[in-house]
Amino acid sequence: MQDAVLAMLAKEPSHGYGLRARLRRSLGPLGESMNPGQIYVTLSRLEKAGLVVCERADGRPERPDRKVYALTPAGQQRVAVWLAEVGRPRPDLAEFHLKLVAAASAWLADPADLIAAQRRELLRRLREGQQAIMAEPAGSKAVLLLEGVVLRLRADLRWLEACERVWSGAGTPRADHRGEGV
Amino acid sequence: MNEPSAVVQVRDLVKEHGQGESRVRAVDEVDLDVPEGQMLAVMGPSGCGKSTLLHLMGGLERPSGGEVWLAGQRIDHLSERALARMRRRSVGFIFQAFHLVEELSAAENVELPALLAGRSARHARRRAGVLLERVGLSARARHLPSQLSGGQRQRVAIARALANEPLVILADEPTGNLDSTATIEVLRIFEELRSAGQTLVIVTHDERVAATSDRLVSMRDGMFVDDTRLAGAHPRGLGGLIGLEG
Repeated sequence: MQDAVLAMLAKEPSHGYGLRARLRRSLGPLGESMNPGQIYVTLSRLEKAGLVVCERADGRPERPDRKVYALTPAGQQRVAVWLAEVGRPRPDLAEFHLKLVAAASAWLADPADLIAAQRRELLRRLREGQQAIMAEPAGSKAVLLLEGVVLRLRADLRWLEACERVWSGAGTPRADHRGEGV
Repeated sequence: MNEPSAVVQVRDLVKEHGQGESRVRAVDEVDLDVPEGQMLAVMGPSGCGKSTLLHLMGGLERPSGGEVWLAGQRIDHLSERALARMRRRSVGFIFQAFHLVEELSAAENVELPALLAGRSARHARRRAGVLLERVGLSARARHLPSQLSGGQRQRVAIARALANEPLVILADEPTGNLDSTATIEVLRIFEELRSAGQTLVIVTHDERVAATSDRLVSMRDGMFVDDTRLAGAHPRGLGGLIGLEG
């Protein structure tokens, strides 16, 4: 949550209400479950940590809604680190989604690069899982657990494919890109 | 330009389909080197040109432009006859739908490429015996394809592809028709082939196949968009797979 809020500020300074609206827009129906006060708590924590500064706006300091926050250099650095981080052992879907949104909206990073890095990590894990399955003797019950792990990794990889289509195609899907539903 | 270490080399490769306005580039100026002993996976959405690329590499189709080299020999200009001979001797194909001869037994299917390449019946028989054992199907040698499961049929097809000790195995969706157990069997055989130094190029939708490879190339609109080396990845311990480690 802290990282996502920071990344949203990378685009432009904003007040709490605006940030909350942007987060909700990015998350769609999942954003509905966000506690309204959470954004302000997060912002004050980030301020204490020196990652954002508050620029009071339009002469009404008593209204927290009107506090405009901006990233400090330390905050900017933290955003860069967060974007480059690869989720382990599996990506947190909402977090990764917000990374892509933030990266694209503030031109911080190419979403395709974030997706490729995440994919490499998942493929390496899938490889480990596959090799573990192949090393198990026939009839081993542990294979069942490993297959569960592999299935989840495959689901994550397919989701990344969908992400890639949307973020790298820049809204121009070609007819021959229809999924094969394998 | 032919480094001896690259089994397959592709330069500025172009394949166009159709005429005039409706002309599309299935493969768009692709360069690729497949070193000896590498297991390379090619992934991408349907229609991205990956199967066409495989066909061009194996001399099943001719390019509209560019060059294809196989073990230092340029093959895109060969006559039909020379090309067919090259395919029989140097390339092993594996297809999604197996393409076995339904009237022939498993052993006879595996013998066929050696016989077509002019080897003696005795040699072909002995080779088929070795290969069927290698894919775990000695006991089914006399079965017809229709008497075998999908996974077994694909293993026969792999044995057949190996009949003439090809320079490279080219596989098009080899696990596309297989269930999970059969897929693991096929991957296990690929893994063994790779340890034995066999060069493999596999076009696939299956992330498990891709993950088993040394290298993964992603294709889109006839071009490569990513080239990732997976071999030598630092293992982190299996606990990490299910979040048991920090």
